[in-house]
Amino acid sequence: MENSNQNIRQQAILELTVDNHPGVMSHVCGLFSRRAFNVDGILCLPLDDIKTSQIWLRVQEGERLSQVESQLQKLQDVHSVRRHPPDHAVFDHMQGFFQE
Amino acid sequence: MIKRTGAELTIQLLQRQGITHIAGIPGGANLPLYDALSRSTIHHVLARHEQGAGFMAQGMARVSGRPAVCFATSGPGATNVLTALADAHLDSIPVICITGQVPLSLIGSDAFQEVDIYGMSLPVTKHNFLVRSVEELLEVIPAAFKIASSGRPGPVLIDIPKNIQQQELEFADWPQPGVADVAEAAAIQAIDDAVEAIEAAERPVLYLGGGVVHAGAAHIAQLLAEKSDLPTVMTLMALGVINVEHPLSLGMLGMHGAAATNHALHKSDLLIAVGARFDDRATGRLAEFCPQARVIHIDIDASEFHKLRFADIPLRGDVAPTLELLLQKISIQKRDSWRKEIELLKELHPAPLYGNDLANPADLIRQVAGIIGSDALVVTDVGQHQMWTAQAYPFSQARQWLTSGGLGTMGFGLPAAIGAALAEPDRPVVCFSGDGSILMNIQELATASEQGLNIKLILLNNGALGLVRQQQDLFYGGNRFASDLANSPDFCAIARGFGWSTLDLAEVDYNQQSLMEALNTAGPQFIHVPIDGSERVYPMVPPGGANHNMLTGVDHGKQ
Repeated sequence: MENSNQNIRQQAILELTVDNHPGVMSHVCGLFSRRAFNVDGILCLPLDDIKTSQIWLRVQEGERLSQVESQLQKLQDVHSVRRHPPDHAVFDHMQGFFQE
Repeated sequence: MIKRTGAELTIQLLQRQGITHIAGIPGGANLPLYDALSRSTIHHVLARHEQGAGFMAQGMARVSGRPAVCFATSGPGATNVLTALADAHLDSIPVICITGQVPLSLIGSDAFQEVDIYGMSLPVTKHNFLVRSVEELLEVIPAAFKIASSGRPGPVLIDIPKNIQQQELEFADWPQPGVADVAEAAAIQAIDDAVEAIEAAERPVLYLGGGVVHAGAAHIAQLLAEKSDLPTVMTLMALGVINVEHPLSLGMLGMHGAAATNHALHKSDLLIAVGARFDDRATGRLAEFCPQARVIHIDIDASEFHKLRFADIPLRGDVAPTLELLLQKISIQKRDSWRKEIELLKELHPAPLYGNDLANPADLIRQVAGIIGSDALVVTDVGQHQMWTAQAYPFSQARQWLTSGGLGTMGFGLPAAIGAALAEPDRPVVCFSGDGSILMNIQELATASEQGLNIKLILLNNGALGLVRQQQDLFYGGNRFASDLANSPDFCAIARGFGWSTLDLAEVDYNQQSLMEALNTAGPQFIHVPIDGSERVYPMVPPGGANHNMLTGVDHGKQ
């Protein structure tokens, strides 16, 4: 991304541990759309125990971010929400797969 | 080993949860559940529309404080119940809705009466389940009750495919019923900060919301108000928490609150919000709501802090034990000058005086309250009659008042009144409705008469969608469009057709004796009251306006 430096300052990375069952992605993504909060990157894979999955979200860092975090924590299928700084490597590692 | 089909298992798990009544309608995809239900001791209430069933469950839950259950079939049955779930979601009411679904093997095939109710209910429930195996029922049913009643209550939907209802399961033991998590108080440090702030405040206001009702904390809230001499306002959802006649009660705040109440809030230097969520109908323009006040915010739901208003002292915890601790720690205070200032505001903006003109909505509501007694359950639909009831009814206890607050659903009243009467068969139930609202769930007149319930339905008929017309008059240059209901049916004939006794108050010249006789006669009574179509709800804060700029109606020839 061309103006990635500018974006990095405004972004945060969220790490969610969730129940692994059909519908969890709907719960998480639905929350973002109905609370009018933007998410611009999503990664999700099951963990080794199969019962839980990890979701990584790249979101806008703004004054409403902590509101969204507490809304996420209310979802029954979400076990934990951790906020990482924007320089976390997870999305950078994926960047190679996202090219025109 | 115990052997049950999924349907039998579900019904027995509901019985083990203490469920005695279920409102619903059968259909293809939930027939196994109904077959099992027919052999249980649960009393089924056949609604005439699934939205009605949802509101009946709400009525039971709002009165009892415990989760109540409704049933609907797949497809249209499930979509019909959604409005009642959305309503329960916004007012935090524990309702458990069990829908039938097409067999698992047909899901995703556009089968007959298949809709993705899991996906559709997702934004309007606290949580939802699509059951994928019969074993799961043993976990899902107790979990649904636990989720619906724990923390901030809310609706839960369980979608059960038909083949899972029919499938047999062998299992060793029944699971424990799902119960609410233990209510925990806020952290001591935050409580100490709050005590300090309350004791230091000069013009504090206690702002009580529906969470006080849900927590069963009405009495403790009143004791706190009395000990610390706190003038107290209530949201629409909290009416009844403190008797409106109590010297510390300032009644309802907000769009149709009393003018003196909104002005008192505007002057306050400390707002103590308890189980309240700063809804726009309560706060008006947020930037001008209590502009000088610091905020103490007590709530079980941490996501309410700073959502709309920054909380200087957030107290995360159950309202009841948190208020209990505050009450223990706070010292007795007298706030004579603040109380005096509020008395002056009341003199400047006097509350309306009530008479006995039964053609006048507020007078009628007061008269009904006097006749029916302080133990009555009071239900409304949505519109002018709802606001007049909120303003005029002398509420004296929590859970006495059932109204659709957050969603504002016309059609709520009659089925919610049925639910209330089912939950408390020995108490009188009065439902105020309007000629717009009643038509939205009028089919439930059949349910009420079939059940022989003790409901007094008072229909205030102004020949219009009154609150819409009021806004068109005030804010759209008097352009009355699509709000006229003059071509209305003969409501008394309709009610009689459904088996109700009726009284048309206009036909007896608004005679009080006739009203008294109708209200004192057991069974469903339909009382039709034609009112003056020019009556408006005042005071009123224009939508988007600040609460201290209220329209009082003086310009329109009405104080």
